[in-house]
Amino acid sequence: MRFTPHTPEDRSAMLAALGLGSVDELFAVIPEPLRARSWDLPPGMSEPEVSQYLAKLAGLNAQNLVCFLGGGFYDHHIPAAVDALISRGEFYTAYTPYQAEMSQGILQSIFEYQSAICRLTGLDAANASLYDGGTALYEAAMMAVRKTKRKKLIVCTSVSPIYRIMLRSYTINLHLELVEADVSDPAALKGLLDQDTAGLILQNPDFFGVLHDYAPHFAAVHELKGLGILGCNPIALAVAKSPAEMGADIAVGEGQPLGLPLSFGGPYLGFMAVREALLRTMPGRIVGRTHDGQGRVGYCLTLQTREQHIRREKATSNICSNEALCALAAVIFLGLMGKQGLVELAELNMTQAAYARERLTSIPGVEPVDQGPWFNEFRVRLPIDARVAVSRMIDKGIAAGFPLGRYYPEQANNLLVAVTEKRSKEEIGYLAEGLEAVL
Amino acid sequence: MKTIFAKSRPGRRAASLPCSRVDERFCQMSQLPPELRRSEPAELPEVAEIDLVRHYTLLSRMNFGVDVGTYPLGSCTMKYNPKFTEVAARLPGFAGLHPLLPQLRRGGLLAQGALRVIYELEQLLKQITGMDAFTMQPLAGAHGELTGIMLMAAYHHDKGNQKSLVLVPDSAHGTNPASAAIAGYQVVTVPSKNGVMDPTAFKEMLNDQVAGVMMTNPNTVGLFNPYIAEIAEAAHQADALMYYDGANLNAIMGYAKPADLGFDIVHLNLHKTFGTPHGGGGPGAGPVGVVEHLRDYLPISRVDMRGDGTLFLDYDHSKSIGYVAPFYGNFGVCLKAFAYILALGGEGLKEVSQDAVLAANYLRVKLGDKWQVAFDRPCMHEVVFSAEDKVARHGVSALDVAKALIDEGFHPPTIYFPLVVKEAMMVEPTETESLENLDALVAAMGRIADKAAADPEALHASPITTPVGRLDEVTAARHPVLQEPLEEAEA
Repeated sequence: MRFTPHTPEDRSAMLAALGLGSVDELFAVIPEPLRARSWDLPPGMSEPEVSQYLAKLAGLNAQNLVCFLGGGFYDHHIPAAVDALISRGEFYTAYTPYQAEMSQGILQSIFEYQSAICRLTGLDAANASLYDGGTALYEAAMMAVRKTKRKKLIVCTSVSPIYRIMLRSYTINLHLELVEADVSDPAALKGLLDQDTAGLILQNPDFFGVLHDYAPHFAAVHELKGLGILGCNPIALAVAKSPAEMGADIAVGEGQPLGLPLSFGGPYLGFMAVREALLRTMPGRIVGRTHDGQGRVGYCLTLQTREQHIRREKATSNICSNEALCALAAVIFLGLMGKQGLVELAELNMTQAAYARERLTSIPGVEPVDQGPWFNEFRVRLPIDARVAVSRMIDKGIAAGFPLGRYYPEQANNLLVAVTEKRSKEEIGYLAEGLEAVL
Repeated sequence: MKTIFAKSRPGRRAASLPCSRVDERFCQMSQLPPELRRSEPAELPEVAEIDLVRHYTLLSRMNFGVDVGTYPLGSCTMKYNPKFTEVAARLPGFAGLHPLLPQLRRGGLLAQGALRVIYELEQLLKQITGMDAFTMQPLAGAHGELTGIMLMAAYHHDKGNQKSLVLVPDSAHGTNPASAAIAGYQVVTVPSKNGVMDPTAFKEMLNDQVAGVMMTNPNTVGLFNPYIAEIAEAAHQADALMYYDGANLNAIMGYAKPADLGFDIVHLNLHKTFGTPHGGGGPGAGPVGVVEHLRDYLPISRVDMRGDGTLFLDYDHSKSIGYVAPFYGNFGVCLKAFAYILALGGEGLKEVSQDAVLAANYLRVKLGDKWQVAFDRPCMHEVVFSAEDKVARHGVSALDVAKALIDEGFHPPTIYFPLVVKEAMMVEPTETESLENLDALVAAMGRIADKAAADPEALHASPITTPVGRLDEVTAARHPVLQEPLEEAEA
């Protein structure tokens, strides 16, 4: 398959205009000893051949698996309108809207996305997106370090262990002190907070699905002039106390639940919102509303002096490409759910999870671990290693949950179970019956 | 156009949710205590599905993409994005696959197709670049750069080297110095001479403090640096690593491989070279490849093959830098790039570079009549012009030219970059624009050149065919309005 439109005559005409006899002459500047010595790539294929091959590979993945996996990434229903709209070529074949006049569509959609994120978090300003929840958390941590000129970050162990590994990876060369401790209880935090604390990083709901009020934590970190960073689930924000109400300075999170497919890990969407005082240290693209010479309202990229293409090594971040199309999907999803629908979606998830929790904890030997309250995910303690139980369930066509021993060695018997609106009562029943049978 | 918030009416809705079929008491059980509940629901729009669909359809009509017209935005490789790859990425077996599945015992057997995409794409990218191993984790080009510099740091730490500097040529993308700086290095800028990084200046600035050098070749002015072997040899003698920014790989496929040019670490922009859509700003994907002696530092997990041919996630690499992304990269983007490479094959990819370079040189010669070429010698896949003479003679800037091109129906080139060229206009036609489209661009630029002399005021007033004219960016930055004010939506 070729996507280049040139006919042999076109090529000849262009070469003639250049006074050249062959296209190879254009590459003469590459010294002979540096030329590629091999080019062992397969021959091209037709569209039906590639499509069939990919369909075959897709068929090697789980089909009809009933999924209770979560861990920050959820199997929610995606309304058909989301894909229909983001599939418009005017949106998805464009790039960053550097030329505002011909990019008002994507610019306004980003402005609307920023508005929706501000309203969900209660904070003052949001950026146009970051890569994912983990990189958003890292960017938030670096903002705290830059803003406070301090070196210590306190991260609660109930923050996603995946994101904590990312934080460790990113900060290894930066001479920072990364303190990971269970600070769910504010009393535990007191001993760790000090004058060198740049930021406190918490997550709501935490990795185990439990919802918290972190107002006392953020009040404590503010007393020492550090910043409060909260990782959030965007659908839980419909009902949970907002980051602003808790006193967080920066809210970040994974936007995947907002209309993005699981797609084996990406593309996803990192969202970020901040208090006004932090606006000019925020990373990423930001869209602002302004007007043209005739007073017509329009939108443009703004506050660009923070960014790499202007500030180079002094930029607040190196981000260039972001996840604009995913942000568009998110704002469409939020519009489709609407003010009331998002609350109902959140409550439905909670109700379904409550039912699953009761079914699972009714199984002899299966015990609850937390007191709650929970969002759409919870952990239970099994009488055997959760990895073993899950592997037995896989054979029954059920991904029963995530065995926490993978990231918390002391929790080998604990299973993290996520239940979205897509799981039927019957499927929850299969989970409970299946689990009882394999224990 | 009004925002979606301004179109909201209380009580209107689009959401369609399943009725809970579980007992009412679970509803009660899951109620949040007041101290954990938010005080007011978030003010999201209340619209019917038709309102919302029309709103975003109308917005899309106020946007310009490759599907609409020629988009010669230099450095961004705005080529055609094949449609069949979109269908592939939406196959339920891929789109519905939970990334934690292969981390469950026996779960990997249920993700063999996805793991195979990653594994086979790695083999293809190795062949294209000559590198020995790739990670798909980096989520964009700049993210690949950051990953690459982290690998550089891990290598030097492991060897006990104390190095603090990264050298970057003055023509580099802004992401290069930004990536090196946020990874903890001090950036030193190397001057160019006659368009390319000067090997003499480079050697003078090279010392035992230098951890690495970041280059793209061909560089941002579209020129291949013929001194690359000499530069790489000097860098390696100082135990500095050579980093290749793959933004311009579209120029050299089949002709040269970064590994053969002496590079140790390379990132590729799948959304540039391998035809995946740019999404209005993203998502992209920035896989990173390394030579053998850096393999151990790559992020985990790595996809590896067992003796029986099954694939698995290998986390057992003690020297790894860890995770740079939560899972296996922007899988959906990697899948589209994989489909693109399979479709084109080796000969097709080589033809991509031939046609991309041919088109850029054709524009260099055709536009050269009326426009000042920054470096008047054969270029690679992109060519930089300067409006400096138009500013001097007619008061018409690169910005004016860009806005006038919008009225001609084209997306403008990248302007004011690279920084080494005054009033720069960086044109990258790519291989997918036909000769007619290239000629139309030449004709449009010709009319603009004539108008610059005859009626410069008309150019200052452009664009006039768009929904809005030039926007007041100063006010936007001084008095930022970054979200729809709540009062306005209610009024």
